[in-house]
Amino acid sequence: MSQAPRQKVSRSFWIKLGLVPIGMFAFAFALVPLYSVLCDVTGLNGKTNGVSFDPVTEYEVDQNRKVKVDFLAATAAGFPVKFYPKIKNMEVIPGKMYTIKYIAENRSDTVITGQAVPSIAPGVAAQFFKKIECFCFTKQTFQPKDPMEMPVSFIVEPALDKSIANITLSYNFFRIKDAEKVKSSEHTAAKSVQPKSITVTKG
Amino acid sequence: MATTTSDIQDEIDAHGHGAHDDHHHGPAKGLMRWVKTTNHKDIGTLYLWFAFTMLLVGGAMAMVIRAELFQPGLQFVEPQFFNQMTTLHGLIMVFGAIMPAFVGLANWQIPLMIGAKDMALPRMNNWSFWILPFAGSMLLSTLFMEGGGPAFGWTFYAPLSTTFAPASTDFFIFAVHMLGFSSIMGAINVIATIMNMRAPDMKLMDMPLFVWTWLITAFLLIAAMPVLAGAVTMMLTDRNFGTSFFDAAGGGDPVMFQHIFWFFGHPEVYIMILPAFGIVSQIIPTFARKPLFGYSSMVYATASIALLSFVVWAHHMFLTGMPIAGQMYFMYATIMISVPTGVKVFNWVTTMWRGSLTFETPMKWAVAFVILFTIGGFSGLMLGVAPVDIQYHDTYFVVAHFHYVLVSGALFSIIAAVFYWLPKWCGRMYNEKLATIHFWWAIISVNILFFPQHFLGLAGMPRRIPDYSTQFADFNMISSIGGFAFGASFLLLTYIIVTAIRSGEKIEEDRVWESAKGLEWTVATPAPYHTFDEPPKKAQILSESSHIGEH
Ligand code: HEM
Ligand SMILES: [Cu+2]
Repeated sequence: MSQAPRQKVSRSFWIKLGLVPIGMFAFAFALVPLYSVLCDVTGLNGKTNGVSFDPVTEYEVDQNRKVKVDFLAATAAGFPVKFYPKIKNMEVIPGKMYTIKYIAENRSDTVITGQAVPSIAPGVAAQFFKKIECFCFTKQTFQPKDPMEMPVSFIVEPALDKSIANITLSYNFFRIKDAEKVKSSEHTAAKSVQPKSITVTKG
Repeated sequence: MATTTSDIQDEIDAHGHGAHDDHHHGPAKGLMRWVKTTNHKDIGTLYLWFAFTMLLVGGAMAMVIRAELFQPGLQFVEPQFFNQMTTLHGLIMVFGAIMPAFVGLANWQIPLMIGAKDMALPRMNNWSFWILPFAGSMLLSTLFMEGGGPAFGWTFYAPLSTTFAPASTDFFIFAVHMLGFSSIMGAINVIATIMNMRAPDMKLMDMPLFVWTWLITAFLLIAAMPVLAGAVTMMLTDRNFGTSFFDAAGGGDPVMFQHIFWFFGHPEVYIMILPAFGIVSQIIPTFARKPLFGYSSMVYATASIALLSFVVWAHHMFLTGMPIAGQMYFMYATIMISVPTGVKVFNWVTTMWRGSLTFETPMKWAVAFVILFTIGGFSGLMLGVAPVDIQYHDTYFVVAHFHYVLVSGALFSIIAAVFYWLPKWCGRMYNEKLATIHFWWAIISVNILFFPQHFLGLAGMPRRIPDYSTQFADFNMISSIGGFAFGASFLLLTYIIVTAIRSGEKIEEDRVWESAKGLEWTVATPAPYHTFDEPPKKAQILSESSHIGEH
């Protein structure tokens, strides 16, 4: 009858229609790298480059302009390392290089490997905050009860918007599980020497 | 997919050959009729009863919430349980009540309104429904598991839903997967039906608005639901398989969860309102006895709302530390949505303007929809303004906003639709007097329930908290009283519907409402089990169109 051709749904129609949800499911996962790339390029979520910056250009330094930089440190749950900056903050002149130190002390009895993830607030400042040297570029291994000094060298670029007078640099240290498996087996002898002292870390 | 064409062929054969064969005319008997049915009307009925059951379950949870908030302090439930109630209330209402109810209406009405025999894929239709009771029970069963059900809110932000969630979260994830699967299959079916099964003489611009809005909704569904499925899949692997999509410790980012969620979430809110726009656009012309004003502008407005809904998601995230430029963009894009939305409200009002209005129950609900939905739209507009959202975000103002658009918007449109089409479905009339009492009862109580929540939010009362400081006490008590009254109104609604179906006054006329237009009114009352074995002809399609189209 007249409607007969219309009442059949062609195979290609189904395939096209089925591809939309499959494609959108894939798109959800594609959002993950897209998000990272976007944030890397723009520094939108405060993510800063994990690689060393090589200052090729000489900056024009305005001696009168000051930006206050705060240093924060945090450790993730299950990371028994006391971790703090040697100084809480400093005033910097954009264009000049500064070096500060973070201290980390493993309070447990095992070797711990961790990775520090840096973050800058406000997010828009991230692309103007350049690290020349940083312990966050590589994994760090902490021997038990052995305090370490870890330097960070950085430049705040003069191109930073004038309205920003305060930048916060914060690090969060996370444990890396895989790396430790190898290491901790090497150090099993040292393990039972002392009782756990994780909880004594003071603020 | 290969079974597709033969599936349809089966249906066509069954009807074509069985013209004089009783076997094919009525439904089968007994319980198996409902389990095995592939009839769009049966499946529509199943969806609607499922949605209604879930509405009562979710409503019971809301009663727990309002009882706890009746006074400051902790009275009835533990905070952890309170949070499970807000979470499951939201999930059940969105995925269990509103969405299945609209799919049920689509199943009943779309084939009737486009002159089709049935949905394009009747067997898949059966599957999409029967997944739902399993998904729903699984979701509810989490309440009885060790550690309790999900308590992280219906938006299940990571890491609350990954690192810090109870063990039952994996069941929640599986339930969401199933619900998503069901919706996607349902949406594919709707698209295929509308594009391929409608009467050959019906052009796209001849279609009634309910069909149009559902077509666009179905596209939103197949684009948005898979993203939700992706989000819960990432949660699942984060929780169980050592990935770290949302875990900063492994290089992930919890804020990214919010982006992915709201990329689904904002289109989702339009999934819950576009079919409502369609329903109201059917009802108002009938009782204003005038063609719908601005039919094609309605179609374009719906389409542009749908497209815009994909580019405004971060208005839910103004406080996540977005740069100013991002806030500005999402603010203006959000505010832009009110333009097509305004077009719609304007068209409804203009349709009523100087019409010969009568206010039968469906019309009462439709008019209430227009007024109350607009209030919700205005508060949405306020929330869309980034600088003021800093104050309103995560307060009861947001709760008031989305309940105005979802309860007095989406839900009221569903109630309107049921009163409008029920007489056609069952051949029986509901009790107009009781329905009027119920209407005023519900309308007054819903405003007592939700209007004070605006003030609570402006004064700074946070949402999802079982206790509050004493300055919020008065408005909360008023809101709770409204809540109990509104909850009780559903008992009367149940009574009205059940008595209408069982013993309502019989109706003889096909058209039920004297000036109703549309192909669904040309079939017998009550609607026979099989309709439109012969597609309607052009002349009939045109004379039944409720709009001045460009024919
Ligand atoms: C005029 C159009 C609308 C605008 C401008 C708008 C704007 C907004 C904004 C900005 C928020 C976020 C508030 C915050 O969390 O601080 C929001 C929340 C919400 N809106 Fe709308 N909205 C509109 C219409 C709708 C409609 C039609 C629905 C559903 C039918 C809806 C459902 C929701 C829901 C459920 C939430 C809360 C989500 C949550 O749980 O956090 N909105 N709206
Ligand atoms: Cu939104």
